[in-house]
Amino acid sequence: MDQERLKERDSRIHRSQIPGESVMDFETPVNDENRTMPAVEFRDVFLSFDEQVVLEGVSFQLRKGETKIILGPSGCGKSTIIRLILGLLKPDSGEILIDGQNITELSEQELMEVRQKIGMVFQEGALFDSLSVFENVAYRLIEQRADESFIEDQVRRMLRFVDLEDAIDKKPNELSGGMRRRVGIARALVGGPSIVLFDEPTAGLDPPTARTICELAIKLRDLEDVSSVFVTHEMNNLKYLTSEYAVVDDGGHVIFEDEGDSLCLINTEVMMLRNGNIAFSGRDEELMQSGDEYLLNFISGRK
Amino acid sequence: MKLVKKFIFELQELSFLIWDSLYGLRKSPRYPAEVIRQMDVIGVGSLPIVLLTGFFTGGVLVLQLYPTLEFYTVQSETGRSVATTLVRELGPVLTALMVSGRIGSSIAAELGSMVVSQQIEAMRALGSDPSRKLVAPRILALILLLPLLTVGADLVGITGGGVVASTIYNQDLAIYMASVWSGISTKDVIGGVIKPIVFGLIIGSIACYKGLSTRGGTVGVGKATTSAVVLSSIWVIIFDFFLSKFLQTALDNYDI
Repeated sequence: MDQERLKERDSRIHRSQIPGESVMDFETPVNDENRTMPAVEFRDVFLSFDEQVVLEGVSFQLRKGETKIILGPSGCGKSTIIRLILGLLKPDSGEILIDGQNITELSEQELMEVRQKIGMVFQEGALFDSLSVFENVAYRLIEQRADESFIEDQVRRMLRFVDLEDAIDKKPNELSGGMRRRVGIARALVGGPSIVLFDEPTAGLDPPTARTICELAIKLRDLEDVSSVFVTHEMNNLKYLTSEYAVVDDGGHVIFEDEGDSLCLINTEVMMLRNGNIAFSGRDEELMQSGDEYLLNFISGRK
Repeated sequence: MKLVKKFIFELQELSFLIWDSLYGLRKSPRYPAEVIRQMDVIGVGSLPIVLLTGFFTGGVLVLQLYPTLEFYTVQSETGRSVATTLVRELGPVLTALMVSGRIGSSIAAELGSMVVSQQIEAMRALGSDPSRKLVAPRILALILLLPLLTVGADLVGITGGGVVASTIYNQDLAIYMASVWSGISTKDVIGGVIKPIVFGLIIGSIACYKGLSTRGGTVGVGKATTSAVVLSSIWVIIFDFFLSKFLQTALDNYDI
């Protein structure tokens, strides 16, 4: 188990929350050869179920530390992309690379190792009903036979991150929809994945809870250097993720600031799917200026 | 043609599932705690209904057989006929049918709901293999416990027969028991234990397969549960015939 890596990340997060200390270290040059390698890359991926074509030659890259928002109508293959990244589905043709490793040819056993670095937040949370919140969040670490005190420590830290430490002994059926979603996020983050996938995490939630979930995604992106894919069809998610960023203020608190007119967030891109193809890929500003009738109609909700 | 194709496809998937789960047991991760939990649910939980079934089956056998045997004046052989019928056939088959109704349905419903609420996908995403974590413990628990439940049903069934013979037909219990002892051979006992092992495999694998291949929301869970019980019951009865024939031939070659 890569507990070493986790501890290192832990200390980094801890450091980043010390008052007055900058979150990002701009002084020392980044000395990571793989930094420029995409976290996820699709190369001409085709997939169909029986007669129905779901993806028709989809290619894209998710850079390290980037958030890619996938938009599109229901049933256009958004969730399918997430399942392909996890290796839960195999493409008919094409290649999928995670950190430069082609996963399309891997066996289920080899995929298990790749999945260690990926966290997934499911639509309805998908918590295990028979297990408590603690056991749910600790699931990955228990499976890896990690040390008990280490598990306890990690689980509490993650539950604090989603602000649910009080619910640690509850069962999933005692939680509200939003709480379940947040436990789902905590479970996805245990083990320090470098890639986190969100499958419509705010569907069916009230606006404040939906915002909380988006804030968690922003915190992951800006403070923890996590690459993520965020599948949604809710426009306010798009607005939050593309226009706000998280910083740690002098008091050590995380605050969210708007990019305003003078800044442009470059670590978030939007990708829009239509009939198994990528209809648009780029920043939100480009999306708004694209002039494509279909895109603009989708965003504004017109038919 | 479509049906034949579907049958062959399902058989293939079922075989892969059995292979993956049981072959996976050779190396870690294994889940002994989960096996024990399933043994508790399957074994201890099914004990009352299995024993009740056994008791009344033994009772009704004597109730129906005794007058016929009396007609041929061989009523002293009541114990023998009850014991042979129970140990060879009714014990294993009825226990398997009761367990497939109670456990087959619950396994299919549980796994089916886990599929539709994406818990199975979550499990795979979190790095554990559902065939090892969920399927293997259930099949293993059924294989281990169905023979024990069957032996329990046999014993209680013979007792039930004895109660009916002595209370309703006033037969001396000693005569009944002597006839029981002379009626059962080691071959019967071996056959009577091999059968439930196979039945356990059938019930466990079909229920898990049907549960894991659930499609179409809550309606799908209902369908999966029904077909798990129906299919496992039918296959238990079909296999019982061929197993009986096989055991007759195989065990006759040995002098036990």
